[in-house]
Amino acid sequence: MRWWWWIPLALFALFLGVAAYQLTQPKDEFIPSTMIGEPLPEFDLRPAAADRPGLSDAYFRDGTPKLLNIWASWCVPCIAEAPQLERLRQSGAEIVGVAIRDRPQDVAGFLARYGNPYSRIGADDLSEVQLGIGSSGVPETFVIDGQGRIIYQHIGDVRAEHVPLLLEKLREAQD
Amino acid sequence: MIAELGLAALWLAAALAALQLVAGFLGARNPDTEMAALVRPAAVVQGLLCAFAFVMLLWLFAVTDLSVKLVATNSHSAKPPIFKLSGAWGNHEGSMLLWITVMALAGGLIAAVERRLPEKTMQATLGAQAFVGLGFYAFLLFSSNPFERLPQPAVEGLGLNPLLQDIGLAFHPPTLYFGYVGLSVAFSFAVGALLTRQVTPEFARAMRPWVLGAWVFLTLGITAGSYWAYYELGWGGWWFWDPVENASLMPWLAATALLHSASVLAARDALRAWTIMLGVVAFSMSMVGTFLVRSGILTSVHAFAVDPERGSFILVLLAIYIGGALVLFATRASSIAEGERFAATSREGALVVNNVMLCAILGVVLMGTLYPLLTEAFDVRVSVGPPYFNPVSAIFVVPMLLVMMVGPLLRWRRDRLERVKAPVALVAAILLGTLAVLLIVSTTGLLPLLGLVLAAALAVASFLPLRGRNLRRLPLAVWGMVIAHFGLAVALFGMASESAFSQEKLAAVAAGDTAEVGPWSVVLDGVHPVAGPNWTALEGQLLASYDGGDPIELDPQARSFWAPVQQTTESALATRWNGQLYAVIGNEAGAGENGARWQLRLWWKPFVTFIWYGGLLVALGGVLALLGRLFDDLKRRRVKARLAERRADEAELAAAGGRG
Amino acid sequence: MTLLRHLVDVLSPREGGGLGPMATRCWAEAPAFAGARAYLAAFLLAFALCLPAAAQQSLPPAPYAYRQLEDPRQEAAAQALMETLRCLKCQSQSIADSDAPMAGDMRHQVRTRIAAGEEPEAIRAWLVQRYGDYVSYAPAVSETTWPLFAVPALLVLAVLLALWRRLRLRRRA
Repeated sequence: MRWWWWIPLALFALFLGVAAYQLTQPKDEFIPSTMIGEPLPEFDLRPAAADRPGLSDAYFRDGTPKLLNIWASWCVPCIAEAPQLERLRQSGAEIVGVAIRDRPQDVAGFLARYGNPYSRIGADDLSEVQLGIGSSGVPETFVIDGQGRIIYQHIGDVRAEHVPLLLEKLREAQD
Repeated sequence: MIAELGLAALWLAAALAALQLVAGFLGARNPDTEMAALVRPAAVVQGLLCAFAFVMLLWLFAVTDLSVKLVATNSHSAKPPIFKLSGAWGNHEGSMLLWITVMALAGGLIAAVERRLPEKTMQATLGAQAFVGLGFYAFLLFSSNPFERLPQPAVEGLGLNPLLQDIGLAFHPPTLYFGYVGLSVAFSFAVGALLTRQVTPEFARAMRPWVLGAWVFLTLGITAGSYWAYYELGWGGWWFWDPVENASLMPWLAATALLHSASVLAARDALRAWTIMLGVVAFSMSMVGTFLVRSGILTSVHAFAVDPERGSFILVLLAIYIGGALVLFATRASSIAEGERFAATSREGALVVNNVMLCAILGVVLMGTLYPLLTEAFDVRVSVGPPYFNPVSAIFVVPMLLVMMVGPLLRWRRDRLERVKAPVALVAAILLGTLAVLLIVSTTGLLPLLGLVLAAALAVASFLPLRGRNLRRLPLAVWGMVIAHFGLAVALFGMASESAFSQEKLAAVAAGDTAEVGPWSVVLDGVHPVAGPNWTALEGQLLASYDGGDPIELDPQARSFWAPVQQTTESALATRWNGQLYAVIGNEAGAGENGARWQLRLWWKPFVTFIWYGGLLVALGGVLALLGRLFDDLKRRRVKARLAERRADEAELAAAGGRG
Repeated sequence: MTLLRHLVDVLSPREGGGLGPMATRCWAEAPAFAGARAYLAAFLLAFALCLPAAAQQSLPPAPYAYRQLEDPRQEAAAQALMETLRCLKCQSQSIADSDAPMAGDMRHQVRTRIAAGEEPEAIRAWLVQRYGDYVSYAPAVSETTWPLFAVPALLVLAVLLALWRRLRLRRRA
């Protein structure tokens, strides 16, 4: 009978432990996609910019790994990552863009101001592709292998320190 | 100057709390020393000093003294005065100052007024209160100083957040704080009684008014918060099992159980261990709630002052106070656990069921709220929401309500079910009858159905204790019980009805078009811009007519504030006795043949207002019970005083006669 | 841009200063109405609202974001499902209650799929397959959530045990 009285304390100690541990962890609000390792869903998007073709999932199955960049002209961190995307392109990575909920003129304006690293840009007006691959915000960059499988997800804007990592992932996907 | 005065008062109060702590614990061993005599005055002065500090803060906000950091970050010279004042507690530091002020005032009040308990226990209680207070003083003075100055006075304040400029939201935090802090008094009483091993009916009678008062405030705070969320947020939701909402519900559940348990202890000297444990648990829930909302550890819409450093401070306080109290409880509970016995079929038995069920519900809510925290430690993220909380808590709510219908009719200590055969049969008949009618007439989910059936039966059952009693001489406390239980039935009816019978209509309408929802026909007259002190809006004029009756005008708005940039919706409500029409206007939705079309969202929510009427009734019941107990107590004191006087007179006469 | 930077700096004081990690994505897309429950924001907001300087989200909402299905039973099923799916851009709201554009797109998905005859649970599973359990407010029994269900079951047992022990008929001492 005596041990019962210790149950509330034991439960409280458990709570203290978990809370104390969690307080030391950085609060990360990112919701990672659970589609890593899965093939891309079927999609066929109209071109978002006049000078680049549209995008479909079949394009990813040509044997070369690519970077899939989810972005939008109304997204401010995308401005910050534009130079890094350009660096990636110059290092040999092929970057394909999916513009979320964007008008052609806004896309064109953004690309004119900040550069265009994309080989193709699809317009995702209803966030269908975004939902389909488990992306929950902009910007995000995915590494897709040559068979159209999602290998890696980078959440947030691409910064200088992420460039080598993404290139490495692309190389790994090649093999 | 004002800020410095406030800060000085706070330091003095903290020093007095330290004195109260030392003197209190010394006095608990020997109540006749000089130190012991200091405890009560220290508590009273501490309360007054804290109140002074808080008034200073209010003053700073009232005059918008922009050299004070808190005012600069949370206020604005263009704010209306009432919201300037309420901005004082609408932030982390100010609300913590409010917390400690209420605590100190409560401590002062006990010190001044409470004479029923043995002096040792009072000393221990006040010492415990000071111990808890010191932690919060330390928190305030070292980590959340409300009176901190800026090196340069700010040019203008930052705090013109439109969503906080609402009268409902102005009063929501104080009522909840009075509730949380009132529970700290119960905690101190429990710890004091544990320390001096005086868990007696007298202790329960001393603690009960405090628990009642705190509970009434909690009920009002939760009801007000729910109604505010309902009309302000724009989609008619009144409860979402959000972690911060749960943080206010959990102390309420514990306090309800504590209330009933203390009544048993006061009347029958039973349930001693339960009462002490609930006294500790109720305040623990207050503190856990404070921790959850201020540390940023859980994702919630209410997340404010998310600062892990502050969270750590509160966690340490939690560990000391709650951990300490629980250790005390674990080591001493067995020595106090022997109380009077009672049969299963008795009022105590019913109240044990009530206690156990409430604690189980508390456990469910706690589990559901903290589970995402636990999984996140393992890097897994889950969401726990209404689809979990509603059915799982219903498992325990349903038996509790059933027992609640019959419990107040039973006698203390031992009763037979045959004696209450007639009322039980009546209640059963209502249950089955309502169930049958609803099954035939409507198709709703299981939970709303259960809710409606139980609400109907409980509504009648709450008045059954009045049967056969002289209504004019009924103690106020009994009226309180009846009204509180009835209020619960009313609220339950509102909740179930809203779940079962709400209808929603989304329509893109142009001026002149009609949208229909339920028995209402709503015509959009037009949409035009309006401007307010710090916002512009698009206001829709709607003419809504119920069942072809006279149209009522509704003016929902979509507002845009510019400092800070924010958009809100002002919903428009048309209230009838049998429900509310809830209208919200959205963006333009393209153009049709009749011109520009606007997104209109309409809800017809039958009997939804009963939810908050019920909450108010519950609080009213609590107030009546509290007043009843207070009047009883006053009467008893007067009688005692008169008896003592008479005995003194008689002794005098006897002495005089002896000499003559 | 300076307004944005100022707001962000005030609202997200983080080590390293400047735009903290939270501001590196357009998390909230400044959800239009108070429908995004970003209230009580005089208390420091946990996450910097990304208030883009450029024209924001000028595309209209998805067709079925704000349009109900014709069949009331299908609409009721859709509504019931939407109330239990989490808006990924908001602090803690269901997609039924949020005005964020992405929530609108999710509502569009739900409604079109229900209209096409899919079962609500299949739609939930489709979303969970993409975002994990986090997106659903109805935890399913799994190896990560079994305590959520085990504990109430244990509580029921504990309740029955407590009642049986306490209420066994006792004779007066």
